[in-house]
Amino acid sequence: MTKIFETPLYPYVRHADQSAQPPVRRKVVIIGAGPIGLAAAIDLAQQGIEAVIVDDNDKVSFGSRAICFAKRPLEILDRLGCGDPMVDKGVVWNLGKVFFDERQVYDFNLLPEKGHKYPAFINLQQYYFEEYLVNRARELEQQGAPIEIRGGNKVIEMTPHADHVDLTIGTPDGPYQLQADWVIACDGAASPARQMLGLDFVGRVFEDNFLIADVIMDADFPTERWFWFDPPFNKGQSALLHKQPDGVWRIDLQLGWDINKEEEKKPENVIPRLKAMLGDDVQFELEWVSIYTFQCRRMEKFRHGRVLFAGDSAHQVSPFGARGANSGLQDTDNLCWKLKLVMEGKAPESLLDSYDDERIYGADENILNSSRSTDFITPKSEMSRLLRDAVLDLSEHYEFARPLVNSGRLSVPCTYDQSQLNSQDMLDGPARTRPGSPCPDAPVGDGYLLNQLGDAFTLLSIDAEAPDDFEVDGIKIKHLALSSADMESDALAARYLGMESGAVYLIRPDQHVAARHQQFDKDYFANAVRRAIGKSV
Amino acid sequence: MSSTLNLSPNIPNADDFYADLLAAHEGLSKDESDAFNARLLLILANHIGDRNVLADALDAAKAKD
Repeated sequence: MTKIFETPLYPYVRHADQSAQPPVRRKVVIIGAGPIGLAAAIDLAQQGIEAVIVDDNDKVSFGSRAICFAKRPLEILDRLGCGDPMVDKGVVWNLGKVFFDERQVYDFNLLPEKGHKYPAFINLQQYYFEEYLVNRARELEQQGAPIEIRGGNKVIEMTPHADHVDLTIGTPDGPYQLQADWVIACDGAASPARQMLGLDFVGRVFEDNFLIADVIMDADFPTERWFWFDPPFNKGQSALLHKQPDGVWRIDLQLGWDINKEEEKKPENVIPRLKAMLGDDVQFELEWVSIYTFQCRRMEKFRHGRVLFAGDSAHQVSPFGARGANSGLQDTDNLCWKLKLVMEGKAPESLLDSYDDERIYGADENILNSSRSTDFITPKSEMSRLLRDAVLDLSEHYEFARPLVNSGRLSVPCTYDQSQLNSQDMLDGPARTRPGSPCPDAPVGDGYLLNQLGDAFTLLSIDAEAPDDFEVDGIKIKHLALSSADMESDALAARYLGMESGAVYLIRPDQHVAARHQQFDKDYFANAVRRAIGKSV
Repeated sequence: MSSTLNLSPNIPNADDFYADLLAAHEGLSKDESDAFNARLLLILANHIGDRNVLADALDAAKAKD
């Protein structure tokens, strides 16, 4: 059977733009058809903005790569119209176990809070993730949305100007010129786009190698995340076992720095390592093997005039904590509505600088967490290892040491506390919904809150009055009126009211809270909208 | 009245503390790190003061198995 990642999903087809003279001007050109590029294109296209993805390849990700997707990115995908297929296919998990040497030292339960449409985490191979995004892009294309994926199109030159970007794109039929009003570079950690602009990418290199193996096996391991520090089968190193769909298991084995990568990747060397871990009697088949090293680093700025960087091209983290693809999806979630308002002339171009501010804040949080996990998992000095091992020893017997065990701090969405787009908090409400926060989901009627918020500025009133026809500087503000008494669960009231009797929230198109007040105060909310679109108030 | 040894999580933002602890050791030789740890535990022991708590801590820190 041909695997999905061996099938060209967007093969090269000659496009009329290739023979156009003068070069055609497109609205937004997205470089890279990975998860982030596809999400950006879908987000723009379903709001009517032309998005052309160019990618030098024609297939989805080879091998499983990113496998762990968190709740907030799933909610973003739901807004993009493809959250459900991900969750239907994905493996939902809540339990993790940590082993040290031969002993289990403790286990944890993510204890997902009730009253959310999506689970805390799913595991899903990146190739499925991309396939479902490609399917969604095709669906939009058939409905007449302005979206295109051009496979076999490699950007070889990029020249930014004040009001557009010139691109030279190589194809099997030779190069052609294309212009773009805006470019979003989602071309991965090695980003050729970043290199073409001569921009640096500074951070910390971790001198370690990890072997990833995807194995297909009928094993009765439970659907849990198992992490080993210094296990007997990989002395002095770490190991991870995690379940994916289709009976595929992800195994990560730390190998150390001084190894021969080509040798280690050979099946005759990989298989004995896996047998040592799984036992001689477990039958398995290797689907994919890779060796990775990693760095924690980011660009100094994600916006360079009309070129915007998103995902791994802008920031890179270690894999511990699943903060790579998950944070990239939050980048485009943050960027697309801002770009749309700027392109429509409804917001000043400076609104895009808030993409820099907010997502650099997010990237720094991710880099900090993933660097700390890496320092714990791969201690680089004798004392660092002694302290780490002491934490693990103590964690077996004493509860206090367990929060110090760091096998990855799992991705949670960031709250933009310092953002210039926030207004002063005028509600003595729950901290989790203060301005800057991503809206927590809650059951509403037969469905969920986030589905009703969608992707437009919204006044959310709960047990309070607000107008249906509020408009600020040409932006129509949707009104969602809810009554906590109508709800079967108290989740909405607990998450948005706390001890308050009523509240009005201004929600951004990316479902972050911009402002909140005890009641609808017209001046407060009009200024809050202006502030949230980058205008000075 | 003497208190008891607290073995429940008690440090807010434990990751920040652990990062500070590692940072304090950065650039030190093993001998310097060992000496640092010795000073640190004496400072913390003095802060605790309570002999019963210290006795329980000495016991809790013994290697198990």
